[in-house]
Amino acid sequence: MTDDASESMVLHLYIAGMTAAAMHARTNILGICEKHLPGRYSLEVIDLIEKPELAEGRQIIAVPTLVRKNPPLRKIVGDLSNSDKVMSGLEIVPRQA
Amino acid sequence: MTFENNHRSQPKALPKAKTGISGLDDITYGGLPAGRTTLVCGGPGCGKTILAVEFLVRGAREFDEPGLFVSFEEDKEQLIENFASLGFDIEDLIRKKKLKIVQVAVSKQELIQSGSFTLDGLLILLDHAIRELGARRVVLDTLESVFAALSNTENLRTEVAGLFQWLKDKGVTAVITGERHNAELTKYGFEEYVSDCVILLDHRITDQTSKRRMRIIKYRGSSHSADEVPFLIGDTGLSVFPISSLQLNHVAGIRRVSTGIKDLDTMLEDKGYFEGTTVLISGRAGTGKSSLAATFALAAVDRGERCLYFSFEESGSQIERNMKSLGIDLAPSLESGLLTILAFRPTFRGLEEHLVAILRETENIKPTCVVMDPVTNFVSQGGVAEVKSMLTRVLDVLKRQRITLLMTALTRGDMRRLSETEVNLSSLVDTWIALDLEFTGEKRRRSLYVVKSRGMGHSHKTSEMIMSARGLSLVGTIEAEGAYDR
Repeated sequence: MTDDASESMVLHLYIAGMTAAAMHARTNILGICEKHLPGRYSLEVIDLIEKPELAEGRQIIAVPTLVRKNPPLRKIVGDLSNSDKVMSGLEIVPRQA
Repeated sequence: MTFENNHRSQPKALPKAKTGISGLDDITYGGLPAGRTTLVCGGPGCGKTILAVEFLVRGAREFDEPGLFVSFEEDKEQLIENFASLGFDIEDLIRKKKLKIVQVAVSKQELIQSGSFTLDGLLILLDHAIRELGARRVVLDTLESVFAALSNTENLRTEVAGLFQWLKDKGVTAVITGERHNAELTKYGFEEYVSDCVILLDHRITDQTSKRRMRIIKYRGSSHSADEVPFLIGDTGLSVFPISSLQLNHVAGIRRVSTGIKDLDTMLEDKGYFEGTTVLISGRAGTGKSSLAATFALAAVDRGERCLYFSFEESGSQIERNMKSLGIDLAPSLESGLLTILAFRPTFRGLEEHLVAILRETENIKPTCVVMDPVTNFVSQGGVAEVKSMLTRVLDVLKRQRITLLMTALTRGDMRRLSETEVNLSSLVDTWIALDLEFTGEKRRRSLYVVKSRGMGHSHKTSEMIMSARGLSLVGTIEAEGAYDR
């Protein structure tokens, strides 16, 4: 088991241009991370329009798609508006307020 | 690019992309709609992936159209197996950048949905691969896998419609496979509306015999055969057997081919059969059907042409021996390669497999004359209607290649009481010759009678056929000029 407190979560968000859905997804995931993983995450936004070869390489068909890098987990597809699904998908333990 | 765009039955020229799949380009009158999307649907194991694979491989090999295969479904091994089953060197096509296989793992286990999405990732993937390869043909196999992974149906529906439109705008000829869903063609029932052509495949098992059927449900802007046609998956891919409606296009033969017996030629306007027509020789056992067939085959060899003799009863050596008793030596013809005898047991395989074998051998040997002796043995394999349907397809292919076909039919009763088989076959044939045996005291007399012969005058007399060590001959047929009936 990894130690939650010391490990930083690496996240990749795949988008196809800065669409409204892409912006929503980015805002939503940043909100979740700032709330529950402050200082323990990094988020890279990857625009497939700029790097089209990554669609095949990373097996992305739907956008936005959020991928947790270490350890790799399931892909989360959509604008990430349902934060419960995002959190359970990323295995983020909610911080008690 | 290979487009065929001026089929006679279309008022407007719709560009078509040939599939190269045996028979499929016939029932679609030239191929799939070029630059548009075709949906191929059917249940599991119906052959839709094989069809899609063959469409791409043949496109790359025969029509110089590079192809992109995107698989959402099968594991890599099974996919390679699907390609390899067609006997083509896939690795070579991939090396030469004529073919690209992309696997996209989409499974429900791997995806979580949170909010709305688009399929732009797939479009970027496709766009990138299409550009890289210069792809003219694209296959997506299967759409259901995408649906299964992304359950937000309303969202997905819009996106899939957008995908079809995108492919159309790209101008690639696309085949998308879909799983048949109960009574509906597809689970969501809208893909068929957004595609320009829909082909339905079906695989049934009846009486332990596997039967594959294909039907074109729709073809926007083009006429097409509406019939359900049988097809087979053989070692070189699909073979689709079109219905005889195409027969109407055949140009009637003008050249005449000898029956092999001078006296019989005399009964048929002194010239014999029409080239590219079908001849039926019917009669009871021992009336001389096979001898008449072999004589016809040898006449072709004498003209320096190739003849392919399918024997469904006797082996090649038995036929040789029988003919020897008539003073006819088949050995030189067999050695020269002009005569080929292939013996099949009708019970050995199903009707449709026979059909494929017959057509494949004909394709290989390229004869001008074909003999099928006797076709009635197939009735034990399938019903009369099914045998007729199979023969219709053989006739259709042979006629198109102007190959003259002679088939024999074994009958049980006398000439006046026709069996169901004969009545059924008679509508298919152009010339029908009936043989019979008559016993007068100790003597056995063989008789020959031309029942019909389309498009020519023929004698209506019954002649006696003599089988001696000097071959076949007729007596009592010498008629004066102008004595023919029509």
